[in-house]
Amino acid sequence: MEHIRLPKVDNVRLLDRVSPRRSKLGTLYLTATHTIFVESEAGVRNETWVLHSLVCSLEKQVATDSGCPLLIHCKNFQVLRFVIPGEQECHDVLLSLRRLSQPESYEELYCITYKPNVDEEERRQEWDLLDLKADYSRMGLPNSLWKLSPVNQHYKVSDTYPADLFVPESATPPVIVGSSKFRSRGRFPTLAYYSKENHAAICRSSQPLSGFSARCLEDEQMLEAILRSNPRSDFMYVVDTRPKLNAIANRAAGKGYENEDNYSNIKFKFIGIENIHVMRNSQQKMLEVSQLHSPSMSDFLEGLESSGWLRHIKAVLDAGIFIAKAVAEEGVSVLVHCSDGWDRTAQVCSVASVLLDPYYRTLRGFMVLIEKDWVSFGHKFSHRCNHLVGDPKEVSPIIDQFLECVWQLMEQFPCAFEFSERFLITIHSHIYSCQFGNFIGNNQRERTDLRLLERTHSLWSYLWTNRAVYINPLYREDHSQTQGLLRPSTAPYCFKFWRGLYNRFDRGMHPRQSVEDYLSAIQEETEQLEEQLASHKQKIAHLEKEQGWNSVTQKSAPFDNSPTAWAQGNNLNMANTPQDYTGGFITSSPVSLKHQTAA
Amino acid sequence: MEFSEHIKTANVEDVVLRQPLHPPSRGTLCITGHHLLFSDREETGTRQFLLLLKNIDAIEKRMSGSSGTITIKCKDLRVLQLDIPGMEQCLNIAHSIETLSCLDCASEMYPFFHRPSDLSLQDQWGLSSTEKLYSQMKELHDRWRVSTVNRDYSVCPSYPPAVIVPKNIDDSMLKKVAKFRQGGRFPVLCYYHRKNGMVIMRSSQPLPGANRKRCKEDEDLLQAVLDGSDKGYIIDTRSSQQATQARMTGGGFESKSSYSCWKRLHRQMEKGKALQESLIKLVEACGDESNNMDRWLSKLENSKWLFYVQTALSTAGLLAECVERDGHSVLVHGSEGKDSTLLISTLAQLIMDPHCRSLEGFLALLEREWVQAGHPFMQRCAHSAFSHARLQQESPVFLLLLDCVWQLWRQFPLALGFSEALLLRLATEAYASDFGTFLCNSHQERWALGVMERTHCLFKALLRPRERDYYSNPLYEPTELAIWPSVHPQSLQLWRGFFLRWTQQSRHLEEAQEEIRNMVIEWGKLALS
Repeated sequence: MEHIRLPKVDNVRLLDRVSPRRSKLGTLYLTATHTIFVESEAGVRNETWVLHSLVCSLEKQVATDSGCPLLIHCKNFQVLRFVIPGEQECHDVLLSLRRLSQPESYEELYCITYKPNVDEEERRQEWDLLDLKADYSRMGLPNSLWKLSPVNQHYKVSDTYPADLFVPESATPPVIVGSSKFRSRGRFPTLAYYSKENHAAICRSSQPLSGFSARCLEDEQMLEAILRSNPRSDFMYVVDTRPKLNAIANRAAGKGYENEDNYSNIKFKFIGIENIHVMRNSQQKMLEVSQLHSPSMSDFLEGLESSGWLRHIKAVLDAGIFIAKAVAEEGVSVLVHCSDGWDRTAQVCSVASVLLDPYYRTLRGFMVLIEKDWVSFGHKFSHRCNHLVGDPKEVSPIIDQFLECVWQLMEQFPCAFEFSERFLITIHSHIYSCQFGNFIGNNQRERTDLRLLERTHSLWSYLWTNRAVYINPLYREDHSQTQGLLRPSTAPYCFKFWRGLYNRFDRGMHPRQSVEDYLSAIQEETEQLEEQLASHKQKIAHLEKEQGWNSVTQKSAPFDNSPTAWAQGNNLNMANTPQDYTGGFITSSPVSLKHQTAA
Repeated sequence: MEFSEHIKTANVEDVVLRQPLHPPSRGTLCITGHHLLFSDREETGTRQFLLLLKNIDAIEKRMSGSSGTITIKCKDLRVLQLDIPGMEQCLNIAHSIETLSCLDCASEMYPFFHRPSDLSLQDQWGLSSTEKLYSQMKELHDRWRVSTVNRDYSVCPSYPPAVIVPKNIDDSMLKKVAKFRQGGRFPVLCYYHRKNGMVIMRSSQPLPGANRKRCKEDEDLLQAVLDGSDKGYIIDTRSSQQATQARMTGGGFESKSSYSCWKRLHRQMEKGKALQESLIKLVEACGDESNNMDRWLSKLENSKWLFYVQTALSTAGLLAECVERDGHSVLVHGSEGKDSTLLISTLAQLIMDPHCRSLEGFLALLEREWVQAGHPFMQRCAHSAFSHARLQQESPVFLLLLDCVWQLWRQFPLALGFSEALLLRLATEAYASDFGTFLCNSHQERWALGVMERTHCLFKALLRPRERDYYSNPLYEPTELAIWPSVHPQSLQLWRGFFLRWTQQSRHLEEAQEEIRNMVIEWGKLALS
């Protein structure tokens, strides 16, 4: 509370980005966790809530006659434009928010104070919803080829890896430890995905410390052990997801990549995904384009092109496809790494898993996948998502890109995913919101030290409880699109700008009616009707049996033939709002009309 | 038939056909006056593949040794390949295709020979007529009348015989107005907005020329449209500069001094060559799978197609806003009034009028605003995106309309009564058809050839029960409200269903539509039981 210089400002204007005519007047409140704007229009109590932890940047613009504009950019891509009457007030709001949105310690995060109405027992159970060991046993592990290794208990070998890791049966602790000493941050090669059908596996690690000529016998043995754990294959791929130049540059720092001559039977390959700094800048440019005020089609497409964003998305997807095909079609195991093995490696392994295994395309499976490939393997969420005030160069939208890859796949295969776009967007929001404990910290060890399981709530349980909202009505377990390996096209024309995420809050840009909601309503009704029908049939059969009645066709109650979808989440009232086709001449003064008309 | 002189080789055995989404197949190729017919002899039974020669936009032949390969590029953007043994046979086939696909005598085209068993030539042709429309709309009767001044097409060759005009403008005045409008296209009513009685009129440009001539009857006609209302809008689909320049060649615009109650709004819309080139560029970009992301985006931008979609939708939005929101009547024209004018009047009607959004309503709208209103289909759709022929009058305005309608359909997936499949079917039919609907360039030409007696009507055929099911939108929930499209670049998308129609990706999307249809049917069965 001590950070709030001004708890309340009256006569604040919230501007509508698309049409300035639709701005709203109200009161701005600052609380410990949220900024709240309450519209003062009589009759309706319309509120806009913004979580402080979602605030990404604040910008005070030059004051005008009408007041002092304050721009709030959020991590969920919401942009709010307030006009605050007094310059001093605006300054106070700015300073308060600047401090509130940049917590200095984990203890200040929202998840520590977030207390929904559930008791301690239930809260504890939330964390039991997903069990990674269960996922490994779903894959058929441990078995005669792969074993659970205790080597990283208490995070002794690698402090950024999880405690439980699967390694080849033939990998002995000295080999593992030796290999880990030859890898950045001790992140030795370990299993990420295993295909029961053909024994091919995806393994992940960080880069080897090979410099210009260094070798490590244990590391070579480790890779050989991985190869041996795929009995039907006589070679394996080692995929370095970095551009070759970056990898070569790393050699000067005593790091680098595997020399094919030193490792038996590996095929080495660079994939060329750019680093976190390039991705950060690219997203920044892409967001600037998406937030332009009435850009022309050319402005937009040119901006999108020069941001390079879709090129990077395609690179990640291409890499995932390469690995998925190696596993599913060639039956060859793959070791994936980048530099530290927690950014590009996480992206590529998880994209490959989504392509390979229909389970990861279900709602629960997708949560498991993020928990496994991202959370447990130490993607540095708190650094990448800027949860605490810190080094801005550590921030990068790596997980955003993964979610977008999945979205691009959903656009190509509308029936293949059990969950909808809304699910991805909600996950995205909460990765940044700090409302739940799942993504706090940078690795498992940090999360254990922070005792998050004892003090916070789990997003997965929240999503699971509300899963009805996130279901894709077109998903069918037995649909041909759902089966086996997904084979997406990565022709450039298959990639689209993800309006649903990046322009999420620009309501006017979205379809004004939702097919998804309509179908969900229909689906629900169909199920109800089927139940009714079944119970009627049962009753009839029962009566027939009891009393020997002849079957009487019963006419069920007249049914409202129109699904409720119009009412549900449907914005047809928005449909009655014309866009800005006119440059505003119709509702503005006749003077501006003259500019539209030829002399 | 005289077609035979163009067919030196009618049958070739052992031909391999390669088409998208199918494995190659071997069989017999046969060329007739109107079709390319291929039947394969697979063990699973014979399958036939039939292609209207008219659908072929361009061919390329490549000889190697004693055999040859013909690549066929269709107007529906499909690309096929025929491997033909024997050089002479291959050359003969290629020659036949080249000649027969370009025959431009309408009366020899396939619609005059197409005789499906479930349609009768006795049936009434078309869905509606000016007279019928007028008699159904009692609201019109006070102030408007049907004029048959053009019954022999002498006043305006590109208009239908009957049009709706203000009641107090008599036929002799209309004749004078026609002389003051390019091609005789005097202002006629095309839409009456029931909610407020305002109308959309359309015409061609007036002809004041460099001398700034005036035409009192033209001014009177527009005054009569206003009927005491304080003002109306004229949406000119040219820039004001273009409109001014048009004076040099005898055209021009309605000057402020002569038409004081009318406010002109200029919105430049490309048509003609620019639009055709845009289509060619876009199709070229879509066909090149080797593009990297940057090249693709830059080609997409460079084609300007989406920009034209955006302009068309926002101009239509402006038109609808003038009528529905601002409550004023609007006259729309560009120069000829046969292209962009029709495009935006059609879109504006879809935005405002729920009647146009049902399957029948939409087809009737197309019949009224495109076929009867004299969009020169034969000239505009002579060639599509692949032809190397020198461009004459080709321009994919109708395709642009369908794309814009698809964008509306995407934004309001429940508000339109028809499916994407209908739009795709229309896009194909406009270029090559079994039916007479899109033949010729005007009502007059169709009348002269007896199209209405000797061919079948596409719109009627699309409303046969089986077709109707397929072309209906299963999610249709009619709404009385206007559907205002978003024209932000983020809201507009490449029409994948059309431009990438023959790729695997489109199949996945079709499967999703199929799934939707099944879900609704399933629900419907239970709800009605």
